[in-house]
Amino acid sequence: MTSGFSQSDMSLIRVRDLSVRFAGTPPVHAVNSVSFDLAPGEVLGILGESGSGKSVTLKTLLRLLPERKATITGTVEIDGQDVLSLTGRGLADHRGGIVSMIFQDPSLALDPVYTIGQQIAESVIRHEGASKQDAMARALEMLELVRIPSAKQRLENYPHEMSGGMRQRAMIALALACRPKLLLADEPTTALDATVQIQILLLLRELQQEMGMGVIFVTHDIGVAVEVSDRLAVMYAGSFVETGSVKDVIRDARHPYSKGLLAANLVGAVPGTRLDAVPGAPPPLNALPEGCAFAPRCAVAEDLCLVSPVPLWSDGENRWARCVHAKREAARKDRMGAGN
Amino acid sequence: MLSFVLRRVLYTLPIMLGVSLVCFALVHISPGDPLVSILPPDASVELQEQMMAIYGFDRSYPEQFLRWLGLALQGDLGNSIATGRPVASEVFNAVGNTLILAITATIIGFVLGGLFGFVAGYFRDSWIDKLATAISVIGVSVPHYWLGMVMVIIFSVELRWLPATGAGPGGSSQWVWDWEHMQYLILPAVTMSVIPMGIVARTVRALVADILQQEFVSGLRAKGLLDRGVLAHVIKNAAPTALAVMGLQLGYLLGGSILIETVFSWPGTGFLLGQAIFQRDLPLLQGTILVLAMFFVILNLLVDVAQTSLDPRLQRG
Repeated sequence: MTSGFSQSDMSLIRVRDLSVRFAGTPPVHAVNSVSFDLAPGEVLGILGESGSGKSVTLKTLLRLLPERKATITGTVEIDGQDVLSLTGRGLADHRGGIVSMIFQDPSLALDPVYTIGQQIAESVIRHEGASKQDAMARALEMLELVRIPSAKQRLENYPHEMSGGMRQRAMIALALACRPKLLLADEPTTALDATVQIQILLLLRELQQEMGMGVIFVTHDIGVAVEVSDRLAVMYAGSFVETGSVKDVIRDARHPYSKGLLAANLVGAVPGTRLDAVPGAPPPLNALPEGCAFAPRCAVAEDLCLVSPVPLWSDGENRWARCVHAKREAARKDRMGAGN
Repeated sequence: MLSFVLRRVLYTLPIMLGVSLVCFALVHISPGDPLVSILPPDASVELQEQMMAIYGFDRSYPEQFLRWLGLALQGDLGNSIATGRPVASEVFNAVGNTLILAITATIIGFVLGGLFGFVAGYFRDSWIDKLATAISVIGVSVPHYWLGMVMVIIFSVELRWLPATGAGPGGSSQWVWDWEHMQYLILPAVTMSVIPMGIVARTVRALVADILQQEFVSGLRAKGLLDRGVLAHVIKNAAPTALAVMGLQLGYLLGGSILIETVFSWPGTGFLLGQAIFQRDLPLLQGTILVLAMFFVILNLLVDVAQTSLDPRLQRG
């Protein structure tokens, strides 16, 4: 039990020691030995600030990174399939068939010169070999499923003829058209108005429960992450620093960075008091410090924090944090428990 | 869509009027006596005035313009001073020949340029890209009359594969689509195609490289499209701009082929224009320029309409 990861064969995703380097001088360490599992039908929220490697992690699961520039190491298994070894048609079958993705800005992620109907139908034809009529019928069905009003007319619309919220609904319809087992959502509500955000989140959660998919939801918004996730992973400088159930992480964060993020949240803040923002900025990913990457910004950092590898505190299968203090704190509690 | 086309057609009417005014004015501003080519140097003043009256050159410019425009609207562009033949039929024949040359050259240029540009943009920064870019830069930079002469030297004089000049055996002016005639077309068409090829290749390369950077391409891959499926999307996104460039190139070739048509003695509008300028044949010059300008206007119209039907975002404009 050194790692604290479950070895269950039931996992939909099994990621081990995933690292992504982008070529450059010096190379950019975008993702650094990330490991996690996801059960079928489970929703994992990955929380982190811009540039922490959230999107790169997601894109790796679909192998969307430019192959010439990105070096991926580690293991990624989705639905029993070794994703990193896929090529050609096998890879194309994986994308959209088993794993789908919703992008941050639907106005950029949809082809501007094809109608919504064509774009959904294309996916159905590709993965299920359906006829054009059947694929269009499915497209209509999907638009109705995501509750786009007058769906029939909307089939003929181009992306620019729809509002932002409608476009994101269409994007979701497209992503779910072939009933994937895993949905990757890359900040799908960031580009939307606050009122529309809630609608999209509720819709996503509802569809997730209805279709029983696993979902990885990437966001920098704690409120959003809490709203949709079963489990949270906090990401910093390309590494997962803490993970656990939503309840555990929110109530009892162990990593100073998670604590900082929670303290900087507006929800529950007392009016008139200063928000506790985390000082400084994340380290550049092409010059990561030795030891804990958060140490330079950490209020409780000490000499031990500058030594690699950072010790892992873990409590049960899916609850752990990578921090000197979390480990020590837990050990102290254990001793006190034993002394009583 | 229909209302857009109608509106766009209506817009061209004032443009056409302006164009005809400009081309009338240009010809009349230029110095030189229009009758110099048919009058003997020692012609009497009376004879000169008499001839001026016959051709209508003695009237005021606005009157001349209106008369010319009125006749032009009925398809009568007057008679050539040098040959006495109707300008309309001279231009009509020349336009036919130029069209054959320009369209052939544009097709060759567009196909090759599109191909080079696409491959270069798709495999950006690879050796294929560098080769295609080099070819297109050479295509744009090389003086085409010089290239034409080099081609004549190589393929006509040295190798004796293709005829050097003319548009048919024995100076025939009636074009037929058979090998006898087509071998006369090859050298001028290939020479001419080098320009649109270079320009189209550079445009398409930039377009494709830009489209591939856009997020929706990731979206297409994310939904599992194979490379050929992604290619179809890239082509449809690049097509409107590429077509616009091709249309403009065709326009330039229709008018701008004086040098090539002269090098190959191709009896087209450029050749005719050259003749008209050197002989100060005002009616012929005016008529040719007018017809060429009209071509340009109509071509722009067609390109706009084609672009709009390909790119749905333009329809609101």
